[in-house]
Amino acid sequence: MALLEVENLVKHFVAERSLLGRPKALVKAVDGVSFTLETGKTLALVGESGCGKSTVSRLVLRLIEPDAGSVRFEGRDLLALDANALRTFRRKAQIIFQDPYASLNPRMTVGQILTEPLALHDLVPPSCRRERVAELLRLVGLEPRLARRYPHEFSGGQRQRIAIARALAVEPRLIICDEPVSALDVSIRSQILNLLRELQDRLGLAYIFVSHDLAVVKHIADRVAVMNLGRIVETADADALFAAPRHPYSRALLSAIPLPQPHAKRSTILLKGEMPSALNPPTGCRFHTRCPFVVDRCRSEAPQLLADSSGHATACHRVAELPPADAILPAPHAMSPELAKLVAAFSRKTEGAGPSGVCIQDAPVTPR
Amino acid sequence: MSAAPLIEIEGLRVRFHGDDGRITHAVDSVDLSVANGATLGLVGESGCGKSVTSLAIMGLLPKQTSEVTGNIRFDGVDLLQSSDKSLRDLRGNRLAMIFQEPMTSLNPSFTIGDQIIEAILRHRGGTRKSARERAIELLRRVHIPSPERRIDEYPHKLSGGMRQRVMIAMALACDPRLLIADEPTTALDVTLQAQILELMRELKAASGAAIILITHDLGVVAEVCDEVAVMYAGEIVERAPVDELFASPQHPYTVGLLGSIPRLDHRAEQLATIEGMVPNMAQPPAGCRFAARCPFVLQACTKAPPPLAKVSPGHLSRCIRAPLEQLVS
Repeated sequence: MALLEVENLVKHFVAERSLLGRPKALVKAVDGVSFTLETGKTLALVGESGCGKSTVSRLVLRLIEPDAGSVRFEGRDLLALDANALRTFRRKAQIIFQDPYASLNPRMTVGQILTEPLALHDLVPPSCRRERVAELLRLVGLEPRLARRYPHEFSGGQRQRIAIARALAVEPRLIICDEPVSALDVSIRSQILNLLRELQDRLGLAYIFVSHDLAVVKHIADRVAVMNLGRIVETADADALFAAPRHPYSRALLSAIPLPQPHAKRSTILLKGEMPSALNPPTGCRFHTRCPFVVDRCRSEAPQLLADSSGHATACHRVAELPPADAILPAPHAMSPELAKLVAAFSRKTEGAGPSGVCIQDAPVTPR
Repeated sequence: MSAAPLIEIEGLRVRFHGDDGRITHAVDSVDLSVANGATLGLVGESGCGKSVTSLAIMGLLPKQTSEVTGNIRFDGVDLLQSSDKSLRDLRGNRLAMIFQEPMTSLNPSFTIGDQIIEAILRHRGGTRKSARERAIELLRRVHIPSPERRIDEYPHKLSGGMRQRVMIAMALACDPRLLIADEPTTALDVTLQAQILELMRELKAASGAAIILITHDLGVVAEVCDEVAVMYAGEIVERAPVDELFASPQHPYTVGLLGSIPRLDHRAEQLATIEGMVPNMAQPPAGCRFAARCPFVLQACTKAPPPLAKVSPGHLSRCIRAPLEQLVS
């Protein structure tokens, strides 16, 4: 049985009301989204801003109520849960947000932030809580003595570690990571990505990883769902998707990522125009206004998300006729041998250095 | 690129004087030059001084709290010695800048047309009517659909990608010789980023302007730059032609950066990480500023600041252990 099964999820927000309070305009943020997630696996939701990926993640936690559809977690219907049962569920599913500067209470110490979920769910007797906080901090690579500090004393990467520790405090089975590394510098980003993977291996966590960055997704996901204007247009195992993306939108996203490889030989698909508004999505296929392969049928008839035998599903009328995607894929092994050797040496040397990122901002690095 | 450089920066140093008497060394002895028609990438993480460098070039740092020394020669003029008036004549004219946040860098209470026309009238003079025609022409050049109509709209009516196009149109209003683009695509989706980068390439080919592109995204650098300068803690730690930098970096920090990005074209189980933190710039360390985080550190590294030395023609590195190949063979 899958850990999480989402079926036909729909959420429309009211954008405008008439004088009498009747909805006049709806933003169709999520419009019939289905997926499943297995224990210990990572599903990535990918798409441009406004495609509904963050709304899906909030619906899954029931932070907002869906208009239609079902969410089953460990086989139980989430939408039927009462307040008590919902609280029990929230112990098993947690969320990490994008901005670690906004998601931690500045008036609480790290110790208090981490103790709160323990007390709320009465997981650990008060006498043992301090020990548990120390354990959580060690788990995310921070020193236990830092529990007495306030969030402002930490850098962005360290704050994201604290947010992860808070999510782990209740021993969840599912963590929703909503753009967890987008606000971080590149070198810090890699630390957090490595940490998330390591924790998944150790604790058997399942992740829903919401991101707009396909390179990050390729690194961390087992399965990928590409969203456009409230609908999934393609979903497949990560390896299959990155080896042969089928939907024109997935191809455009993939080809738009700048490669850290000068004069890379590949063609890019430049999408013309802007993303249409979710207030008034195009008829037929919602991608047809920007699609380079559009035909008349796409404008009138919405394509179904159809899976092949391997579980690779695409919502496109022309999927069978599209040219192969080879030209947009980066050549493998593009890292020069010298660079690969240097990076390996760099990593080998830093590995033994102990838990990462434990010094505090403003503390002088060289003692004087 | 043997032609005389369009802009030449020598020994640029920026210090900020804080309220509490602390002095922050934001930029230290930066040397850079960009030739006509070339694109220089300025790369580094937050706080490394890349944006401060660009603001110093533009003369936009507050005089009360910042102390800027060194030489910036642009087209034969020393910008640091220029009067405010002559700087105002240069900015938006031969020297233009695009900022990261298109949301905050346009004035919400004027139409985009007003804002572009203002720049044209200030520097080029002429009638309002001809300036308006030029503004429409500029909007068309940055591929804004139906520019005759769009020109009378207010910024809030435009999407993020459109606003960034308007910013670019405004920067191009007087055919600048040098365009400084500070993270021009960071706030945009990848598909829009690809459009804007394509636009910048197109405009560069048409106008022959030089570009300084400030970014933290090494992918963007690889796509549009000819030369790259990597900054760390206020200093340039490596400078190289773009191919060389990506094939054979000569500073450990660059190696760490290149190793830490997840790549579409390479599979890594673990990404490289750079341990520790950026030094406190109120008290920069005595030796190499990267020494505390460097896996290849030696005793000598912490003693004296290493010079930015030549490793091969056109390739400079601020590391006494360069060439780094000898460390891994």
